[in-house]
Amino acid sequence: MALTRTSDTAGLVVVAPRRNVREHLREIFGYTELIRGLVRKELKVRYKQSTLGLLWSMIQPMFLLLIYSVVFSVLKGGMPRLGVWIMSGLLVWTMVGTSVTTSVVSITGNGPLVGKVRFPRAVLPTSSVGAALIHFCLQFGAFCLILLVIRQDVDWAYVWLIPIGIVVLLIFLLAVGLLVSAVNVYARDSQHLLDMLTLGWFWLTPIVFDYAHLSGFFRHHGLPSWLPLLNPVTSVVIIMQRAIYGTAYANGNPVLPDASVWWYLRNLGIIAAFSVVLLYVALRLFDRAEVNMAESL
Amino acid sequence: MSQAIVAENVSKMFRISHDPVRSLKERLVTIGRRQYTDFHALSPLSFSFDQGETIGILGHNGSGKSTLLKCIAGILRPTTGTIAVRGRLASLLELGAGFHPELTGRENVFINAAFLGISRKEIGKRFDEIIDFAELGQFIDEPVKHYSSGMYVRLGFAVAVNLEPDVLLVDEVLAVGDEAFAKKCLTRVKQFQAEGRTIVVVTHSADIVRQVCSRALVLDHGHLIADTKPPEAIKMYRERLHGTLIDDSPHGSGDVRLGAVTIDNAADRALVTVTVNTLKATDNVRLSVEVADVGGRMIYRVDGDQLGVPMNYPAGTATYELELDARHLLNGKYPVTVRLTDLDSNLLLDWHELKSGIVADRQSVGEGVVDLGVLLRDRAHPVDRPA
Repeated sequence: MALTRTSDTAGLVVVAPRRNVREHLREIFGYTELIRGLVRKELKVRYKQSTLGLLWSMIQPMFLLLIYSVVFSVLKGGMPRLGVWIMSGLLVWTMVGTSVTTSVVSITGNGPLVGKVRFPRAVLPTSSVGAALIHFCLQFGAFCLILLVIRQDVDWAYVWLIPIGIVVLLIFLLAVGLLVSAVNVYARDSQHLLDMLTLGWFWLTPIVFDYAHLSGFFRHHGLPSWLPLLNPVTSVVIIMQRAIYGTAYANGNPVLPDASVWWYLRNLGIIAAFSVVLLYVALRLFDRAEVNMAESL
Repeated sequence: MSQAIVAENVSKMFRISHDPVRSLKERLVTIGRRQYTDFHALSPLSFSFDQGETIGILGHNGSGKSTLLKCIAGILRPTTGTIAVRGRLASLLELGAGFHPELTGRENVFINAAFLGISRKEIGKRFDEIIDFAELGQFIDEPVKHYSSGMYVRLGFAVAVNLEPDVLLVDEVLAVGDEAFAKKCLTRVKQFQAEGRTIVVVTHSADIVRQVCSRALVLDHGHLIADTKPPEAIKMYRERLHGTLIDDSPHGSGDVRLGAVTIDNAADRALVTVTVNTLKATDNVRLSVEVADVGGRMIYRVDGDQLGVPMNYPAGTATYELELDARHLLNGKYPVTVRLTDLDSNLLLDWHELKSGIVADRQSVGEGVVDLGVLLRDRAHPVDRPA
């Protein structure tokens, strides 16, 4: 092609039937400004009508922590500091839940935009995941303040795993977000199906109950005890719990695997490899879906 | 001159389902039983636009012109072929498409610019220019849900044109807002041309193409049938619209043809004489007379049936004399075209253009086409005042 053969390819945009994964990734990174803008917009719109604004995202976890602590201290025989236990898992889950439920509608909910403006569509689910991350950071910040106040004894040997876990989880969520947002364009009821699946997914993740319980259940039924680790969210949740709850035991009973940092890191490594493969597949499928997105909305 | 847009073998096919399904449930229920038709919106076409050209894409509804524009814009991807665009591209496909109602005009400007791939820093520099152009004043800090539709469109237009795009795509939105703003937009487009930017306009208005374009493409059912200067392109487009005439030779069986067509200009009237030769009796044929200005813009048209000319032509020769009142035309030449159209098949049977047409040659004041007979009724001018 005459235009590409010239040495000067600066500012050259080629519209072709297919785009490969590398081009997609380059596009997403080339539009960080837009992603930041969309994340800002999503957060702004969510808290536009409220006077406290973003503070709400911090008040909510504090209030939840209070409720869990009060309710479960009334019920006798519970786990000590149950509020801290639940919150450390729930914060991670909230990020998963919001990013999945917002990314599934990220393209269908922006119909006029997708139909009329050129930009990489992958930016939409990406910014849904981004907004969920910012939200997580705010809530986590508030949670840390509470931990300081109640003098929670965190296990520093495990704390450094948290940021790594969050990064791995982001890759996984991006892959899932790309998949579900594209599917929803062509089958609009998948968002309802997804709501249901997400609820099931929540209860398959050891948040309200504990990991030891879950793997014990699997072992009891003759299944491998590592089976719950196939849920990528679980690997991240148990890191959070191990680091913040500070111990693998409650009332003398194991609640988490009494394993070294390296065991937890290994799990994360497996999930990371899986997420990268999933992201690759998701981008390939997203590319196919993107071709006629503008006409299908 | 370097090329701004190069399209090679671009085609677009849509797979149309006979019973469109929108849900997972329906998809599962109808699995394996769904039938598709392939619809070719664009047949393979190639072109290249030079930098600084203003190109019009003409075509009737469903000709594929909007699909082509969307492919150039990168909103849709072609089924085969590639389109390369050099430089920053902005499209006026739908103004303010990216606006979020809850956010203020200011916030939306930044988001909108980000969609065009422009940084906050750059937009910050142009921000004042944009609000000036949009004429929004203090409303810029109001949520756009409180805007009138005119304000909405003005802001969208202001963002798109103030970001210095190298290539501007326009989809018949030049007439936005009130008349003053529409004029401002047209001025802006002219300024873009002067600055050597590339503009692509999709329209079915031959007038817009004539007024602003240096080149025109005509699409018909997804086929590129002309890529030439506007006057020729418009001619082809009109012929397609009035009947499927591919070259200058008339279509149809040749049973009904125009004979001599003459015009006789008198002082303030013109007499058009039309002869129709019929070999074999034909029904439902319309005779029409169209008067245009020198630019080719239609200013008057009348169909024979409106005047009581019969639409069935028995074998033989018929002659009609039409008298046109030229008193209201300003000085100039007005070409006249006579057409015969078969209304059953919508084929153009024959046509004849009188190039010099009506010659209006009267003392008149003012410019344009129609003489509105201006009179100065009163004046109070400093010069008139007694010293």
